[in-house]
Amino acid sequence: MSRGSANRFGVIGVPRRRVDGRAKVTGQTIFADDIDLPRMLHCKLLRSPLPHALIARLDASAARAHPGVQRVLTGADLPIEFGILPVSQDEEALCGKKVRYVGDPVAAVVADDEITAQEALGLIDVAYEPLRTISTPEEALRHTEPRIHDYGEEGNIHKRAHFQFGDTDQALREADHLFDDLFFYEGNTHLPIEQHAAVGAVDRDGKLTLWSSTQTPHYVHRALAKVLQLPAAHIRVIACPNGGGFGGKSDIFNHEIVVAKAALETGRPVKICLTREEVFYCHRGRHPVLMRLRTGLTRSGRITGMHLQTLVDGGGYGSYGVASLLYTGALQTVTYHVPRYRFEGCRVFTNKPPCGPKRGHGTVQPRFAQEVQLDKIAEKLALDPAELRLAIVAQPNELTANWLQVTTIGLADCIRKVVELSDWKNKFRKLSAGRGIGLACGSYLCGAGLPIYWNKLPQSGVQLKLDRGGGVTVFCGAAEIGQGSDDVLVSIVAEILGLEPFDIRCVTGDTDLTPVDLGSYSSRVTLMMGNAAVQAAQRARDLLASAVARKLDLPAERLVFAARRVFDSADERRGMTWAEAVTCAEEMHGTLGTTGSYKPPPAAAKFKGGGVGPSATYSYTAAVVELEVDRGTGWINVSKVTIAHDIGRALNPVLARGQVEGSVYMGLGEALMEEQVFRRLPAKLSGALVHKFPSMLEYKSPTTHDMPEVVTALIETDDPHGPYGAKEVGQGPLLPIMPAVANAVHDAVGVRIDEVPITPDKVLRALDDQARGGAGRVGPSSFPAVDWPEPLLVPPPWEGGDGRATNDPERKRAAKLDPATRP
Amino acid sequence: MSESPALAIGGQANVQLKLTVNGEERAVFFPPYKTLLELLREELRLTGTKHGCELGECGACAVLLDGEPVLSCLTLGLDCEGRTVSTVEGLARDGALHPLQEAFADLGGAQCGYCTPAILMTAKSLLDRVAAPTRAEIREALAGCLCRCTGYLQIFESVEAAIVRLRGESGAARR
Repeated sequence: MSRGSANRFGVIGVPRRRVDGRAKVTGQTIFADDIDLPRMLHCKLLRSPLPHALIARLDASAARAHPGVQRVLTGADLPIEFGILPVSQDEEALCGKKVRYVGDPVAAVVADDEITAQEALGLIDVAYEPLRTISTPEEALRHTEPRIHDYGEEGNIHKRAHFQFGDTDQALREADHLFDDLFFYEGNTHLPIEQHAAVGAVDRDGKLTLWSSTQTPHYVHRALAKVLQLPAAHIRVIACPNGGGFGGKSDIFNHEIVVAKAALETGRPVKICLTREEVFYCHRGRHPVLMRLRTGLTRSGRITGMHLQTLVDGGGYGSYGVASLLYTGALQTVTYHVPRYRFEGCRVFTNKPPCGPKRGHGTVQPRFAQEVQLDKIAEKLALDPAELRLAIVAQPNELTANWLQVTTIGLADCIRKVVELSDWKNKFRKLSAGRGIGLACGSYLCGAGLPIYWNKLPQSGVQLKLDRGGGVTVFCGAAEIGQGSDDVLVSIVAEILGLEPFDIRCVTGDTDLTPVDLGSYSSRVTLMMGNAAVQAAQRARDLLASAVARKLDLPAERLVFAARRVFDSADERRGMTWAEAVTCAEEMHGTLGTTGSYKPPPAAAKFKGGGVGPSATYSYTAAVVELEVDRGTGWINVSKVTIAHDIGRALNPVLARGQVEGSVYMGLGEALMEEQVFRRLPAKLSGALVHKFPSMLEYKSPTTHDMPEVVTALIETDDPHGPYGAKEVGQGPLLPIMPAVANAVHDAVGVRIDEVPITPDKVLRALDDQARGGAGRVGPSSFPAVDWPEPLLVPPPWEGGDGRATNDPERKRAAKLDPATRP
Repeated sequence: MSESPALAIGGQANVQLKLTVNGEERAVFFPPYKTLLELLREELRLTGTKHGCELGECGACAVLLDGEPVLSCLTLGLDCEGRTVSTVEGLARDGALHPLQEAFADLGGAQCGYCTPAILMTAKSLLDRVAAPTRAEIREALAGCLCRCTGYLQIFESVEAAIVRLRGESGAARR
């Protein structure tokens, strides 16, 4: 394969076949459901048909007696609660007393085959006592009883947050312009093509192994230890390559725990593969969020202050919800300079499948609000939307009002690039009737600064093993979910050791064999695993260099590792092959192995709740969407997307572009058609709150026909915190797409759709309203009253703050300082 | 699977079926309710063929039946008596990848790889019919295969690159 001559690296930055590419095109990749073990049993779950009910009685005797049934498990078999966040341990593997959404599992049948298990589910007799269904956040606020959970703040409020970074009310009062808008972002789901699957088995030595389509093997490992009451050291979790994740496989799922338990009880391997309908019930997708955004501006379009309120529909369980809630408020400040900021957020429980993290976790909804509002601001202030944004982008190394540390920021370059590539200046407000162009931006984390459970340990670990045949194996707990994490890992090691990626074996996502990596979420893998890989590989290089230098009698600094050789930079002929160098090093040091670890820099934010938002660095994106609106049908045809992403450095440009285009695709789905919505069955049919679309045919997602031309530019800012300067690329590029579509629709036909998805019926409604002399807007009209808590007052850095809240319970800190007051 | 006249689930006797899979004649003794998808994955252990819904919605289970793409989840195994089935496992020949496989691996046509086998087989049937399809024809041919990772563009490019490689191969053969 040819190598770019301008590139000073051998592997990094070179467009390459991904290391797992061959397996994926030959059908050799083993996904969880492809595992087939001798004596394997099959499991099916019985799920609740009611959204909210007490389990009065459950009789499984007929199912147990059914021929071919090996085990029936119920809530009593797995009484210990779990959850992904330590503060939300609110799930049972099988509900014992209460169900909280249609699809909540109450029993599991393990049988010789799937059909027998399915038959036996029908023999389980469950008597439910229905409770009032809480369908919406408004209902959750209105009805404090019945409570869906007996924890949380009060009634059906799971969690509220209120932060004030400076006197935002004053900033808004004194602003030249005040914009006050309501937005709604409908929930949607990940829809990975692979249905979740898991296999539990007891090993030859009696220990438990779980294979699963999980993005977070380490967290599943911890949960299994807790629920099964086994030492973690006696459990092995293997993350199979995921057939798509997008956040949907980063929780701990009922079925994973059930098959592990069933394997222990039967002594035989037990497999489960969810049906597509069940995947919709597992959900953990995008939270529906209602938003009120008030922004104050100077005459020239500088932001003076911003006040954001979010009402977050959590569904039936906690999941990542506390983090999701805080993410709806956290990243507004790293994109544009916001001198004063106030955030109020409230997550409620409702009787729907639990929401959780989907690509862009929690930041997507308020990004939509802010970017659409900026378009309205530009219109009112008669500014070009690109120019307006260029004047307010956050600055390099800015410490934001809410104490997030920006490092490099390529956002201005991204905006200029999409303006140039899309011919924005000649198109905005100048296209023919029905055609429009819209611009929006976004930013995202490169890994959450804090782990999910409090600890001071590395967040990613990498080990290298070198053998005297020249073989190199790299081990890391990261999960390959299709994003290319194995390729990132191998390419970094290959680069540093002067090898080809094909020379390196890669073992990932196996809690027995690999050091902990927290998982494939929050866009953390490239940065965190990458840095750990750099450290491990450099240590290996140093071991080899010292031995080769002694053998060749020259200073180690003069050695070059390239082209599978180690040689003298002054004389290429003086050197040895890679395998000889490894042998030489083994003679000197003994058995060769190295490790690398990574932990992000400590956060500047010291206030409670400040743990959500910090990241070693942030990625930035700008996008321009061009489209046509059919005034007769309301149909939107997107013709072109131009997108520029600050990626720090593209480690493998083929994969980087794939992540950008995949984000554009998923963003267009969210913007135009994808929605996870529910309806009430008629009373005579139980009145249950059910999915409108628990199938792929009805849950619309873009096909080959819906995908427009995409022009992608990768902006390389070479971030000091990234491995080879790299930032994330898996999530950030999704963020600007939805608001850019909304802004383009406005440019095309002059209507404002202040919610997603922007479906034809909404466009027609807005056009009707416009024709009748109305504002031509479709969107929410009110924000319900929420009893917000007292704000945590945190002065911004430029107002003399230190990252702490001035009204934080002072005694807490004093108690820590003064041992005498300790209890 | 044993050749004994064992009874399958529900008292239904297993049935014998002969078909050609990836160029090899196979006799399968299997429960008659199984779909072609289950026949391939569970009886023949050809797990390269995937499933995303088993309802004919996602396209992930597409294989070629007598050269035409079909959804194996909606095709009864029994209907395949005497017919020819091609799956992703038969695409590479004598250890060498098919140009479609090379292109998909090189150019980002496969991300998670889960929809890839079905897309490869569907694309192969297109290229078997049309030597140099246009982008519009490629879109049309693949419209029944959902992919959540790529946004399809690198898939189109991979198919187009394979067309060029195939043309080079056939040109070389002529010389």
